[in-house]
Amino acid sequence: MNKVRFGHSIVPYLFLLPQMAVVAVFFYLPAGEAVRSSFFLEDPFGFSSTFVGLDNYADVLSSTEYRRVAIFTVWFTVLVAFFALAIALLLAVKADAVLRGAKTYRTLLMWVYAIAPPVAGLLGILLFDQHVGPFVDIASWFGWTLRIGVNYYDTAFAMITTAVWYQVAVNFIFFLSGLQSIPRAVREAALIDCRSGLRRFFTVTLPLLTPTAFFLLVINVTYALFDTFGLIDPMTKNEPGNNPVTLVYKVFLDGFRGNDLGGSSAQSVILMIVVFALTVVQFRFMERRVHYA
Amino acid sequence: MSDAVSAARPLAPASHRPAFKWGPVFDHAILIAGAAFMLVPVFLAFMTSTHDAVTVHTGGVQAWPGGSLIDNYATVMFDGLGFSGAVNGTTMMLNSLILGLGFAVGKIVLSMMAAYAIVYFRFPLAEFAFWAIFVTLLLPLEVRILPSYEIVQSMGLINTYTGLIVPLVASATGTFFFRQFFKSVPDELIEAARIDGAGPLKFFRDILLPLSRTMIAAIFIIMFVYGWNQYLWPTLITTNEEYFTLVRGIKQIIQVWVGSQIPEYGQAMALAVLAMLPPVIVVVVFQSWFIKGLTESDK
Amino acid sequence: MARLHIDQVSKIYTGTQRAVDTVSIDVDDGEFLVLVGPSGCGKSTLLRMIAGLEAITEGAITIGERVVNDLDPAERDIAMVFQNYALYPHMKVYDNMAYGLRNRGIARDEIDRRVREAATTLELGPLLERKPRELSGGQRQRVAMGRAIVRNPAAFLFDEPLSNLDAKLRSHMRVEIKHLQRSLGITSVYVTHDQLEAMTLADKLVVMNAGKVEQIGAPLDVYERPASTFVASFIGAPAMNLIPFSALGDDGRLGLRDAAVATIGFRPQDIIEVANDNEDGDGLSLRFVVDAVEPVGSESYLHGKVGDERVVVRIDGRAPHREGDRIGIAVPSERLHAFDADGRRLEGWRVPEAVGDAGTAIRKTRAT
Repeated sequence: MNKVRFGHSIVPYLFLLPQMAVVAVFFYLPAGEAVRSSFFLEDPFGFSSTFVGLDNYADVLSSTEYRRVAIFTVWFTVLVAFFALAIALLLAVKADAVLRGAKTYRTLLMWVYAIAPPVAGLLGILLFDQHVGPFVDIASWFGWTLRIGVNYYDTAFAMITTAVWYQVAVNFIFFLSGLQSIPRAVREAALIDCRSGLRRFFTVTLPLLTPTAFFLLVINVTYALFDTFGLIDPMTKNEPGNNPVTLVYKVFLDGFRGNDLGGSSAQSVILMIVVFALTVVQFRFMERRVHYA
Repeated sequence: MSDAVSAARPLAPASHRPAFKWGPVFDHAILIAGAAFMLVPVFLAFMTSTHDAVTVHTGGVQAWPGGSLIDNYATVMFDGLGFSGAVNGTTMMLNSLILGLGFAVGKIVLSMMAAYAIVYFRFPLAEFAFWAIFVTLLLPLEVRILPSYEIVQSMGLINTYTGLIVPLVASATGTFFFRQFFKSVPDELIEAARIDGAGPLKFFRDILLPLSRTMIAAIFIIMFVYGWNQYLWPTLITTNEEYFTLVRGIKQIIQVWVGSQIPEYGQAMALAVLAMLPPVIVVVVFQSWFIKGLTESDK
Repeated sequence: MARLHIDQVSKIYTGTQRAVDTVSIDVDDGEFLVLVGPSGCGKSTLLRMIAGLEAITEGAITIGERVVNDLDPAERDIAMVFQNYALYPHMKVYDNMAYGLRNRGIARDEIDRRVREAATTLELGPLLERKPRELSGGQRQRVAMGRAIVRNPAAFLFDEPLSNLDAKLRSHMRVEIKHLQRSLGITSVYVTHDQLEAMTLADKLVVMNAGKVEQIGAPLDVYERPASTFVASFIGAPAMNLIPFSALGDDGRLGLRDAAVATIGFRPQDIIEVANDNEDGDGLSLRFVVDAVEPVGSESYLHGKVGDERVVVRIDGRAPHREGDRIGIAVPSERLHAFDADGRRLEGWRVPEAVGDAGTAIRKTRAT
C-alpha cells in the first residue's frame, strides 16, 4: 500500500518521543535487566552479585518444584483453553442462529469481560468456599467432598472453572464476530447444498472460522499462562504452599517472596521465549490469513 | 396470461401456516443456559452482599436479598477498611477512576501520536521505531515484573499516581490499533490537505482527529476497563492504602478474610460489586463500540 | 424439469409492510422467466421465497407437484446462482461443484462425471484444482453456474448473477446463459434490474414494482404494448417519452380533448422527422426544440422540448442538428400509447379527429 507521506519535518520525532521514552524506560530497561540478572546470583543481602552463567537456568529447569508447577500450568492451559473455546463456540453459533433476541443474548454473554480477574477470583472463593459456597453442597450430592485450599485437585478444579467462566465471554465475542463475517450468500448457498445443519457446520462454517479460532487459541493460551495471575492470587489466599499455581505466579513468588532474583529472572526469560514463539506463530499465521478469500 | 388451471395442479391453500420447528427452542435453551452460567455467580454475589456476615456464615451463600444492603455498602464506602483503616470504598473508587481514566487517556495520546509519526512520515528512524514498539507486544508485564518494580522504585515513584499509570502505558497495543486505522484512511485526503495548505500538524488536528473519533471512543472504552481492572501492578506499586484501587482492595479483603473467624462476606461482596459495576456498565452501554474496537484491532 | 406455480404469494414484514403483494405467476416446464424491476420492487424477495431463504407469509409456491412452503432450501430440488457467486472460499473449484452432490449421497464416479461434464461445457477444465480467490470474476461466475448445473434440479434460480461483471463480459455471459438454459431445458427464474438483460433472456417477462406485478408477457409484447406508464418507462432504452395529454395544446382550438387520456407515450425511435408541415398521415405532429445532441456512432439522440415537456428523439447515424434548432416531428398513430389517470394502458385509442378539417390530416400542435 503506497502511502502518501509528509516529507522532512521535526514533527514525527516529537510525536514519537513520548511513546519511545516510556517504552525505553519501562519496557526495554526492565526486560534487559531481567535477562541480565538471570545470569547472576545475588547474595542474601542484595549487596553483590556473582556471575553464574547458565546456573540459574539449570537450577530452575531441574527443580522438581518447577516441574510440578510447569506440569500444572500446561494442564491448566489446555483445560481452560479447551473448555473456554468449546463453550464459547457453541454459544456463538446459537446466538448467531437465533432470529429473535440476538442482541440481548450477546449482551448477556459478553459482559463478563469487564470484570477484573481478581474479582472473578473472589467470586470463585465465595462459591467454592468450604463453609458457605454452594458448590461444596452440590458436589456432595455426587458424593464428592470438595476441599478447596486443602486438596490440590479440588483447588485446581475451582481455579479452572473460574478461569473458564471468565474467558468464555471474550471467546464468545470473537467467535460471534467471526461467524457474522462469513458472507451471507455463502451460508445461503450452503443452505441450498446441504440439508443437515450439523454437516453444514463442520464442512462450511468451521473451516471458515479457522482464522478466528487460531487467533483465539493463541489468546487463550496467553491468557491461561499470564493473565490468570490476578485470578490465582486471591484463590490461593496467600497460602501458595500446597496450592496449584502457574509458572507466572511462581516468577512472582520466587522474586518477591523468596528473594531469589536470579532464579526468578531465569524463569522470566524462559517464559519470554515461550511468549515470543507464540506471538511469532500468530503473526505468521495472520499474514497468511490476509490473503484468504 | 397463464391463468389456465391444469388438472395436474395440486391444491394450494390460500394461506399457509408454517409447521412448528423444535430447532429454535433447543437453540434458545442453550443460550439461556449459557446466560445463566454467566449471570448466576454475580447474582449470588450481589445477593450475598445484602446480608450480614453471620447469616452468610451459617446459611451459606444467599440467593435472596437481605436487609443489610445499606449497612454493608455504607460500611464499605465510608468506613475505613484494611489494616490501617485509612481508606474506604469511596477513596478506592476514586483511585480506580483515576487509574482507568489516566491509563486510557495516556494510552490514546501516546499511541495516536506514535502511530501518526510511523504511518505518515518518511524519516530514517521510522522502521526502527516500528519494530521497537512491536517488540513490546511480545512480553506481557508479568514476565518483566521484578525489574520493572525496581526501576520504578529507584525513581521514587512507588505510591504515586505516576508510578501507577505510566509504566502500564509501555506497550504497543494502542499504537497498532491506530496504525491499522490510519492505514485505511484514503491517500487523497493528504493530497487535498496539501493543496489546501495544511501542514502535518494541521492535518492531524483538523482532519485526522475528527475522522478517528469512533476509533478513539472504542479504544478508550477498552483501555478504561483494562486500566480499572489492573491488579498485579497496583498490588506491587501501592503499599500505601490511600492509593488502593477497588481491585487492589480485593487483595486486602482476602487477607482479612483469611485471618478472621467470620469473614465479612457481605462487605467483601459489596466491594466486589462496586469493583465490577462501572466497567460492566460502560461495556454494556457502549457494547457496539467496544466490540468493534476489539475485533477491528486484530485485522 | 418442472412447472412452477406462484399462487397469491405475499411477503409481509411487521404488520403492514408488503415487500411482495399477492403475486401469482405460472412458469411452464423449461421456460425462462425473468423478474425485472427497480431496486426494492420485491423481485429478489420473491426469488428467495422460491428458494426457501425467506419464509412465505401468504400464499403457496409449488415446484413440480409439491407445495414447498414448509420445505428447507435443500429439499426443494432447486439450485441458485448468487450475485456475488457465493463460492466456498476454502474449497477448490472441483469441491465447490461437488459439495451439493456429496451431501445428497450421489455415487463418487457419478459426481466426477457430472462435474467434469459441466466443467467442459463451461470451459473450467484447467481450473478445477484452484481456489476461488485465484479466479477472475467471470471465472467465478462460471463456477457458480457449474455448481448449479451439476445438480440437475427442477428449477434454476438466478439472483442478478451478471451485475458484478463489466459490460463486455456481461453481454457475452448473457448469450452463454441463454444457450445453456436452452440446451438443458431446465425451468429458470432470473432476477435482474437491467431491462436489456430481461428482454434478451426471457421467454416470459414479469415487470414488478413496489411488490406488485405490473405486467406479465413475452418480452416483445411487453415492449410493444406496455400495460402501464411504469412498464412503458422501464422497458426500452432510452425510455419512452411520456407527456401529459393536457400539454398537447389544450387550447381548445384543435379540440384535442379526451377525458379518459391522461398521458401519451411514444418511443424515441418511433419518431419521424418531418420537413414538410403538410404531410399526410394519421398520428401526432409536434414542434421540437433541440437542447443537446448525443452522438453514439450508429445513431444520435436529440434531447429537447416539446412545449415545456422533455422529449428524446432518436435519429439514424449522424445528426446535423445543433442546439436551438427547431424541427417538426411526427409519431404515427399506431406507435402512440395512451394511458389513463391511473397510468393504465388504454387499448385501441386513436388520436381524435379535429373538427373543421377536411379528411384526415395531421393534427397539429403549436409549441408555445
